[in-house]
Amino acid sequence: MSLLVVTSPHAHGPLSTSQVMRTVLLATIPGLIALTWYFGPGTLVNVIFGGLVALPCEALALRLRKQPIAPFLKDYSVLVTSTLLCIALPPYAPWWLILVGVAFSVLIAKHLYGGLGYNPFNPAMVGYVVLLISFPLQMSSWSAPVPLIEGTPGVMDALRACFVPASYDGVTMATPLDVLRQNTGQTLEDLYAATPQLGHFGGVGWEVVNLAFLAGGAWLLYRRIFTWHAPAAMLVSLALCAALFYDEGSSSSGGSPLFHLLSGATMFGAFFIITDPVSSAVSNRGRLIFGALIGVLIYTIRVRGNYPDAVAFAVLIANFSAPFIDHYTQPRVYGHGKDQRDE
Amino acid sequence: MRRPHDFHGGIYPPERKSLSNTRPLRRATIPDQLVIPLSQHIGAPAKAIVAPGEDVLGGQRLTDLAGLPVHAPTSGTIVAIEDRVIPHASGMSAPCIVIDCDGQDRWLDLEPWPDYRERDPAAVVARLHEAGIAGLGGAGFPTFRKLSSARPGQIRTLIINGTECEPYITADDILMRERARELVLGIEILAWLCEPKEILLGVEDNKPDAVRALESALTEIQTPIELVVFPTKYPSGGEKQLIEILTGQQVPTGGLPADIGILCQNVGTAVAVHDSVLLGRPLVSRITTVTGEAVTEPGNFEVLLGTPMKQLLADAGYREAPRQRLIMGGPMMGVTISSTECPVIKTTNCLLVPSAKELPANASPQACIRCGLCAEACPATLLPQQLYWYARAQDQDQLEAHQLFDCIECGACSYVCPSHIPLVQYYRASKAAIIEQRADTAKSDRARERFEARQERLEQAAAEKEAKRAARKRAAAAKALDAGGDDPIKAAIERAQARKAAQETSPASAGDAAREKIQRIEARLEKARAKLAADDGSDATITAALTKAVETTEKKLTTARAELDAANDPKEQTP
Ligand code: SF4
Ligand code: SF4
Repeated sequence: MSLLVVTSPHAHGPLSTSQVMRTVLLATIPGLIALTWYFGPGTLVNVIFGGLVALPCEALALRLRKQPIAPFLKDYSVLVTSTLLCIALPPYAPWWLILVGVAFSVLIAKHLYGGLGYNPFNPAMVGYVVLLISFPLQMSSWSAPVPLIEGTPGVMDALRACFVPASYDGVTMATPLDVLRQNTGQTLEDLYAATPQLGHFGGVGWEVVNLAFLAGGAWLLYRRIFTWHAPAAMLVSLALCAALFYDEGSSSSGGSPLFHLLSGATMFGAFFIITDPVSSAVSNRGRLIFGALIGVLIYTIRVRGNYPDAVAFAVLIANFSAPFIDHYTQPRVYGHGKDQRDE
Repeated sequence: MRRPHDFHGGIYPPERKSLSNTRPLRRATIPDQLVIPLSQHIGAPAKAIVAPGEDVLGGQRLTDLAGLPVHAPTSGTIVAIEDRVIPHASGMSAPCIVIDCDGQDRWLDLEPWPDYRERDPAAVVARLHEAGIAGLGGAGFPTFRKLSSARPGQIRTLIINGTECEPYITADDILMRERARELVLGIEILAWLCEPKEILLGVEDNKPDAVRALESALTEIQTPIELVVFPTKYPSGGEKQLIEILTGQQVPTGGLPADIGILCQNVGTAVAVHDSVLLGRPLVSRITTVTGEAVTEPGNFEVLLGTPMKQLLADAGYREAPRQRLIMGGPMMGVTISSTECPVIKTTNCLLVPSAKELPANASPQACIRCGLCAEACPATLLPQQLYWYARAQDQDQLEAHQLFDCIECGACSYVCPSHIPLVQYYRASKAAIIEQRADTAKSDRARERFEARQERLEQAAAEKEAKRAARKRAAAAKALDAGGDDPIKAAIERAQARKAAQETSPASAGDAAREKIQRIEARLEKARAKLAADDGSDATITAALTKAVETTEKKLTTARAELDAANDPKEQTP
């Protein structure tokens, strides 16, 4: 009987790319639940509709690029992209906003650059920024947290908001980040007292949403889907910046470290966006620098910029610098020189 | 106790060692026929000093000492010296000595040297050579050569490798348990030969029984050997990694451990050293693990070298299955063997016959997502994903700039890659391509030198002829002048002769050679193209290699044609 001749290694680890992607999708569940709990089913509808748009887009792109469709659809990477984008979009977004965003992410940001593994920029964040620049109004109206309004939006409301946007009139409210940015005269203490949506630290709802994404991220770390380097560096540098310019909570304060850690898309960004392997730095040392850079950028854009949140811009700028970071953080190969190794 | 260092990267594949190390060591059946390859290691093959029909005794040397000799593992009759398939990744055949065993196991009188310390160390090294001792852990490098290549006093640290980090394999584990005393005595011989300042015996902490056996042997025999037990991690048994674990030092790239005063030997080798020096027994058997779910009774066997693998597999209760893999070595670095007729050789530490379920064949590769898991796993601190991009682009400069040649082909990167990219396969192909190209460059340089030298010779010859012709012409002219008139006929004859002479030296022959060469290359190109056409494209590396072959041959053809043109160009040939 003939024996099979193949080359080593013959053993393979338990991980596969589609599994990695599926795990990331699963890890968004706590955050999604928290978002739904505090802001109603709007984000859920975003995510589902986004997924339905993403799959045909991916198939179309693969077909145009003459790539086999089935194996690539099965890697789940396109669902990760669309899900992450749709989580970042405001809940109760109109269908065309989602369609344009997802299509741009998949067709242009991902496939025009050569497909999975080749895209220098995080596709979800490219889609987000394009929407933000093209449709600033829709992108900066975030619905009010459920505990602060009467009448929770139901699933039907969410569907109506998505597909017949004209007939939907939801209650929106300035997000905590907006409130703080627009604050000119009040000390933080007065501001928190005067503005109910600021909650304890990062805003009603936002605190829990951030903790939920943190939990999902911790699970991914535990599953060794990515290393701690980039998220930890980003959170530490963001908190350090906030502490540095806290200014005892005066009227010119940029907000406390806890406020920045638990508000906006901080945890979502730290664990789900900047950990995208394709567009980040490669080595662990490089990822520390990459994450720290993003932390600083987030703080700067949040406090100085004019956008609802800074994560997307910060990530894109850092994506841009990833190749340089890689170039200067090449690990020392075994047997070359004596300096300390990159552990 | 010495604190072991850590090395970068590494992986933790399932060990599966208890499949084979929970049973006692068994003796493999002595087969009816042994097949002993003349060469079992890198380097020139030895020459047989026996002839078919001759009777041999166990322990009798079968080959001369030009290479590393092989011996008769038992008594019998030489029936043939011929090409047989040997255990090699390519499934190739090589000259082997075939012995019909007589079943009586009669041996030569052995000559033990219990008093080796009174002898000349050079004589002891020569004995290791005569006994055919080779590294039993890895590539099977001749031990005597490793010992004699070190300058006196160069070795500060003698490292004995009892790591056995590959999953499944337990041959060294069993050896350390069953022959701890012989091991320690063998290490002492090695230490006596190279006089190190320290002797370190490194063992992974997944072998507690072996560690206990060694500890008690070490207390019994007072010796300066230091036993170092360190955490299990693949590939801590790689020579470079073990050196880093035990000493914190790294072998400089392209260098040898001896450059930093270190000599490494495997535990099996140390026991073989003991047997050959203290007992006078040459290396004719070894311990081999037979394991995997395709055998019903896995375990370790003391097996005669030359035993056909099928015999050993039968001893372990092997059941054939379709698309079965027979791996010599472990699941990470072992090579698949194409036939169970292959004999066990000095480096056969394990035969692994996995079921399709336990080691599934490779899944089809997906895109690299630059996750960096490979870089994290790489014990050489390379960036496997970058190497992969460059290997695909066949960018040899970048491959070398990213230290492709520091890759030890341990397979850790392929193991962790979630996209199932056969990274090591790419590296092997790229290394081979670069080496081939270097050889090609060297060869074409030599060819060019030869061509130019020949050219010069031809020019010189032509110049001499021309000079002679001119002299003749002058003489003729003088003569004609003497004769008082011009002789047109004679002049014409002379001109014809001169032309003929010029043609003779001109490269009609060189042209023929070039034409012949072109024909040869054309035939090769035809073959390479046919192969490429037949390739189904299922394996990217193979396709790439075939495409490359066609391209190189095409290039060679163009060069050859250019050479022919040059040869036919009269301007260049007849100055
Ligand atoms: S492990 Fe595989 S997918 Fe990940 S970076 Fe390395 S080669 Fe690419
Ligand atoms: S095979 Fe080479 S590149 Fe891959 S992990 Fe081992 S040493 Fe590193």
